[in-house]
Amino acid sequence: MLNFSKINIILIYLIFFLISIFSVLNFQNKDNLILDKKVNLGLDLQGGSYLLLEINSDSLVEEKIQSKVIPIKKLLRENKLNYTDFKINKKNLTFKISDLEKFELFFFSRKENLINPYIDNYRAFELDYKKLDSNYVQVSLSKFGLLTINNSALKQSIEIVRRRIDDVGTKEPTILQRGEKRILVELPGLKDPERIKTLLGKTAKLNFRMVSENSEFGVDELISETGEPLKISKRIVMSGENLIDAQPSIQNQQNEPTVSFTLDRIGSQKFGRATTDNVGKRLAIVLDGKIISAPNINEPITSGKGVISGSFTFQEATDLALLLRSGALPTPLDVVEERTVGPDLGEDSIKSGITSLIVGFILVIFFMLYKYKIFGLVANIALIANLLMLVGVLTILEATLTLPGIAGIILTVGMAVDANVLIFERIKEELKTEKSIIHAFDSGYSKAKITVLDANITTLIAAIILFAFGSGPVKGFAITLGIGILTTLFTAYFLARHLTSMIILRKKNITLRI
Amino acid sequence: MTRNINFVSKFKKANIFSLIIFILSIIFIFFKGLNYGIDFKGGTLIELRTDTSINATVIRDSLKSMNLGDINVKKFGKEGDYLIKVEQKNTNNSNLIPEIKKTLADNLNADVDFRRVENVGPKVSSELLESSIIAISLALAAMLFYIWIRFEWQFSIGSIIALFHDVIITLGIFSVLSLEINLSIIAAVLTIVGYSMNDTVVIYDRIRENLLKYTKISISDISNLSINETLSRTIITSITTLLALISIYILGGEILRGFSFAMILGVIIGTYSSIFVASPILKFFKVSYKTLEKEEEKILP
Repeated sequence: MLNFSKINIILIYLIFFLISIFSVLNFQNKDNLILDKKVNLGLDLQGGSYLLLEINSDSLVEEKIQSKVIPIKKLLRENKLNYTDFKINKKNLTFKISDLEKFELFFFSRKENLINPYIDNYRAFELDYKKLDSNYVQVSLSKFGLLTINNSALKQSIEIVRRRIDDVGTKEPTILQRGEKRILVELPGLKDPERIKTLLGKTAKLNFRMVSENSEFGVDELISETGEPLKISKRIVMSGENLIDAQPSIQNQQNEPTVSFTLDRIGSQKFGRATTDNVGKRLAIVLDGKIISAPNINEPITSGKGVISGSFTFQEATDLALLLRSGALPTPLDVVEERTVGPDLGEDSIKSGITSLIVGFILVIFFMLYKYKIFGLVANIALIANLLMLVGVLTILEATLTLPGIAGIILTVGMAVDANVLIFERIKEELKTEKSIIHAFDSGYSKAKITVLDANITTLIAAIILFAFGSGPVKGFAITLGIGILTTLFTAYFLARHLTSMIILRKKNITLRI
Repeated sequence: MTRNINFVSKFKKANIFSLIIFILSIIFIFFKGLNYGIDFKGGTLIELRTDTSINATVIRDSLKSMNLGDINVKKFGKEGDYLIKVEQKNTNNSNLIPEIKKTLADNLNADVDFRRVENVGPKVSSELLESSIIAISLALAAMLFYIWIRFEWQFSIGSIIALFHDVIITLGIFSVLSLEINLSIIAAVLTIVGYSMNDTVVIYDRIRENLLKYTKISISDISNLSINETLSRTIITSITTLLALISIYILGGEILRGFSFAMILGVIIGTYSSIFVASPILKFFKVSYKTLEKEEEKILP
């Protein structure tokens, strides 16, 4: 085990050099990048916000169920299926039916089935039904029907969340889908997530509706921004979908912040027609079911441009414009998990992490020197090489370093020497029976090999499981721990072994104490 | 110098001791329970810094008016740093954080800086708990499997009992001291599983080697010999690991304190269990060189 061919030696040091050189990249000048690779700092170290958002598709399910009412009734009537006691619930429809078998035939028909389309992707129907007692049936969305709704809502939501966050202008946000209903948002360097949370918490469904005492579509009673109760027609004159731009502006007369919007062609036509027909009446601007304002229509607006006023502060006007520009979310988003770290705490964490790393490192180094003298030096050189390689690999992978990740590095320092300790202790034992020092070292290395491997693989298994299950900071710990084990094996079995062999072969004739 | 300590003679006492501590731990975990943090219980955590030192009860009292439910306020590290924990209530108030900030600023007459805010909803917290339990179970299963492949089933059972011993007692101590269990403690427990296994494997490796070398000697003597032979390695590695961990515990800041404490406990318990739990089990199963030979035959008929 102590003989190294020239090629081996070259290879060992080349690998070491090539990997550890990457660690240097972390100290480059920002303006003069040789290679743009570095270890990223996790949110807990650089400060920032982690948000987990969940779509709430209840309203979409309700809409979907309601949209089925008329087609189903029509189908039943056309096919002379008698039904009674038809009830519309939030998540399902129930009714009593005379001929269940016949109903089933239509319900699960694959041909031009308008009420219950077949979803090819999932090979399943959109709706499902359940037999309740005595010929009552309950029609609800099937598992896959629900999945389809969630999927499309999630895709749209991610797009709109991205637009809103980009518009605020935070640096390097991460926006990812998580499972069927969730969106993960990471906003590094963000000091106060409240504004973003507020922006993401609004669906921003904008409607223009007439104020009217009675309307053939029915009326909603809403409270205006001034506290006045108003009856608003359910008919939507025009909605936010027709907006192509919205910007904050200042009304000249009162110096009041407002939002100016521009409509697309269809929107302009609709808006023009409605304002022409209703001069003198009031038009309510409704956002998420609340009236922003309900101004009088003084003259027809046919230019496709308009202004929304509503006693905003400038910040509110800016945010409203942003929301309108980015479009409405299909469903409300709930923040189900939030973790925010302020930048100064992050800095403190880096400081204390680095301090404990240095102190831990020095303690271990002195202990090894005290315990193993010259071979302690070998183990220490291996340890330094190990750290350089560990940071090198982290850089190559552009991994994220978190506070627990730093703890993982420190732990690696403590545990990495184990490989060398195992080997040295084994050599000590061999020296008792073996006269030749070279032989003792040789068999020490080969006998300890299996143990070192076994021992490290167990920790590696723990690290892999941590990586698979952990989130955020804990993942960072798993990464450094796992990579630390690999670099430990390399440095102990190649670098340290070569260094040891050099010492042994040079001091052939001297009795050695280990 | 090889020490020659008679470990085997102490196995019995050690096992009784372990068993008592183990059972006590289970009793504590079941009856006193674990002090779950917001990661697993849901709720809001705020680490705040004020420019003046305020009594923690003043902070608690000033929040009482908000009717937030159970509030826990404690000093956290430096002077003027506090940690507030608010119980999860069903009301989904998205403005909770700014409202708390405003209430505190109004009542305390001090600059209040929120350094860290964590908010975990009830659904997410139960998912986190579930996935943590799965992760620990999976880690134990993976270890069981690995040792079963590398050694024989008796070794596999021995090591897994030792791991259970370590995990339960660590959690038991956390229960007794009412220390918070959060995600980083779970990370520590998983690392303990890896570390303790590492220690056990080193001794088992030597036992296996000696079993084949000295076929005439009883498993008790083999265990004793193997433990003694690997003892200085066991001690040295524990010391270097503890040096690193103590450094994190003292200097690594408040956030890593629970984690490093769990790890320190785990390293000590894990080292103990490799010697006093994992080895006696081999004796219990009457492992001998024949056990190993049988396995060989199975693999190479």
